[in-house]
Amino acid sequence: MAGNHLAKTAFLSKFIFRLDRLRIPIWVLALTFFTIIVPAAFKGLYNSQQERDAMAQTMANPAMTAMTGPADLSNYTIGVMTAHQMLLMTAAVTGLMSILLVARHTRADEEDGRLELLRSLPVGRLSYLNASLLVVSAACIGLALINGFGLYALGIESMNLEGSLLYGAALGAAGLFFAGVTAVFAQASDSSRGTIGYSIAVLLISYLFRAITDISNESLSWLSPLAWVTKAEVYDSNNWWPIVLMIAAAMVLFAIANYLNAIRDLDRGFLPSRPGKKYASLFLQSPIGLALRLQRTGIISWAIGMFVLGASYGSVLGDLESFFSDNEAMKQLLKPTEGVTLVEQFIPMLMIVISLMATIPPVMAMNKLRGEEKKERIVHLLSRAVSRTKLLGSYFVISVINGFFMISLAALGLWSAGTAVVEGGLSFGMIFGAALSYYPAMLVMISLAVFLIGFLPKFTGFIWLYVLYSFIVLYLGGLFQFSDWIGSISPFGHVPQAPIEEFSIIPLLLLCLIAGGLALAGFIGFNKRDIEQ
Amino acid sequence: MSLLKVTNLTKKFGKFTALNGVNLELNAGEILGFIGPNGAGKSTTIRVLLGILKATGGEVKLFNKDAWQDAVDIHKRVAYVPGDVNLWPNLTGGEVIDLFIKLNGTANKAKREELIEKFDLDPSKKCRTYSKGNRQKVALVAAFSSDADLFILDEPTSGLDPLMEKVFQECVMEVKRQGKSVLLSSHILSEVEKLCDRVSIIRQGRIIESGTLNELRHLTRTQVLVDTSMPITGLLDMPGIHDIQESEHGMSFQVDTMQMDAVIRHISQFGIIRLESAPPTLEDLFMRHYEGEKDTGGVR
Repeated sequence: MAGNHLAKTAFLSKFIFRLDRLRIPIWVLALTFFTIIVPAAFKGLYNSQQERDAMAQTMANPAMTAMTGPADLSNYTIGVMTAHQMLLMTAAVTGLMSILLVARHTRADEEDGRLELLRSLPVGRLSYLNASLLVVSAACIGLALINGFGLYALGIESMNLEGSLLYGAALGAAGLFFAGVTAVFAQASDSSRGTIGYSIAVLLISYLFRAITDISNESLSWLSPLAWVTKAEVYDSNNWWPIVLMIAAAMVLFAIANYLNAIRDLDRGFLPSRPGKKYASLFLQSPIGLALRLQRTGIISWAIGMFVLGASYGSVLGDLESFFSDNEAMKQLLKPTEGVTLVEQFIPMLMIVISLMATIPPVMAMNKLRGEEKKERIVHLLSRAVSRTKLLGSYFVISVINGFFMISLAALGLWSAGTAVVEGGLSFGMIFGAALSYYPAMLVMISLAVFLIGFLPKFTGFIWLYVLYSFIVLYLGGLFQFSDWIGSISPFGHVPQAPIEEFSIIPLLLLCLIAGGLALAGFIGFNKRDIEQ
Repeated sequence: MSLLKVTNLTKKFGKFTALNGVNLELNAGEILGFIGPNGAGKSTTIRVLLGILKATGGEVKLFNKDAWQDAVDIHKRVAYVPGDVNLWPNLTGGEVIDLFIKLNGTANKAKREELIEKFDLDPSKKCRTYSKGNRQKVALVAAFSSDADLFILDEPTSGLDPLMEKVFQECVMEVKRQGKSVLLSSHILSEVEKLCDRVSIIRQGRIIESGTLNELRHLTRTQVLVDTSMPITGLLDMPGIHDIQESEHGMSFQVDTMQMDAVIRHISQFGIIRLESAPPTLEDLFMRHYEGEKDTGGVR
């Protein structure tokens, strides 16, 4: 009987692995790369224990504990530092990997009718579920081993073999656990969106619950599975039990998923799917309302993300002085200037990162139009009484407001966290002004996206290369000592670095003018070209 | 009065000529069948009519306005149903219908409810869960609830079951009774035969035949099976006779519709015992045009 339920599981595993033969290695390699590069970088940046203790001091505040979890700050070796600052985040991303991979090969395949096709062949009822779990488990084990040995291979003194393997195992176990969570939700929910949504909700709630309990009551954070990776105290006491617990929990979840799968019908879920609205709200019944509705979730998520990004940068501002005075490498990066505090000097550097991050959601909002075109959905609008100018205009207006909103939220986050930790507080006007001076550069990016949509619709994706270029050149430019003209190719390179540089309105006006010109050209182009796929 | 007039329309994509001198005309209160094989240029023509593609050459007028320049004005009086209806997965069918109706300008709420009922559509479901047929129903309900004067329907029934196809045909007949016009591109020939006043056949970017079904039938052949008391002679020499076959049941052949009279007169001299004939269907016409003349039309 059981054999029948699992018939051809091995074959299907191979099949799934073939389908994901690029996706899985890319995930694993990317995760490994970011795991390995960090201790290597730390080794260069914090060479002496004195510098590491300074870093530990910076980390010794509730905001940082909420972000990265607790650690033994009195024994802040490179190993402990890596585990403290990286392990939890990487474990969460590994969880995300598992969620996406498992959802893809359970509910998504079922929803699209591919599972039905497979089930009509002589394969077992539970084969496909277990095949996908097998593949993801293999990926997690591979990830654990590669990371474990990879970290050890760095040859850093405080990173011994046991600790390194435990680090890898913690990542792998987090992957397994969220694979289990997703497998259960794939049975419970009747859509792949629901499966991914519920699973990511569990991931986020675990993270947030841990953040809150780590500050307030550390023993309560045992209730969050994600906290278990920090309880392992990697490179410190090397406690294996939380990881064993995590793997055991994953196995229980696998079993539950199997049970639920066995007792349900194909295409059904246990959670009832609510019937949707029978009528459209008044708000939805216009091109701009539709565009906003389609982007609602994305805008809200980015808004939260921008605020948190700002707040997390803000939370480190208080310890800046002690941090910089002890760190030679950082001193190189940030040359002291007369009459400006270190915080004020640090702000422009933060603003470049923040404004470039805040450029992503409005550009996405703009490129959404091209996505709609490719999916042949704007034909529904253009074949009705909607002009092309109105359609493009709707997306443009949303994008322009979106950008302002995003950078303002990040500035607000930065200010509210910063003013709490910096002695004497921060001037809101200074922070907001520094952020807003990047807005014209953002407008240039948005307008360039409009221009591409109007004239080179096939190349709308190229805007991301330009954003990436700006990021590399301006953020890392100081480190690599690029010459000035390389930075000036990006609109972000022309923004006066308030508050350390003298504020000048002329480059900002010029940027606005360029943005206006590009947008106008984009509108003309869009009105002249064929709508295509 | 012609609602729609396409004169010598040419559309090129780079070097590829998709439409090569297309002529179409649709009068008020008329249903025009627009048929042709896949890739012949039906959807391209319709997209030019809707101002979604820009014509390379020729003139395209709807309601005496230019399809490209006055697209928005024209669309206030047009309802369009695409062949491949792609909808937003996270909106419900009801929401999409309301959006479409609103964008069309004129709304008829009672009609909306009636059509949802008739087409047996659940408007509370997300479009993600709809099958192809259900997505088409969404577009059809939105189109027929609108107060348009011209309906442009691009293979609107390819995903519907026969029962729903009938509902669709009723909807088309109803708008015709109201004096409205329909351009119906279709692969289902029985549907075209039933609904359309005139037919235009497109192949490789050219209109190769245009007219009422009766006119077009003149171009077809009738299959005849005849059994006579005396053996028929002299048939081979007559014009318009094709594919003669003799069997124990008699003689079968095809006659050009134009020559029917002469042929029947001739064979009646031999004492007809039994005569069967099959009328030319649109299918025959279709097949004849689709299969023949491989080397004409679209130029690469």
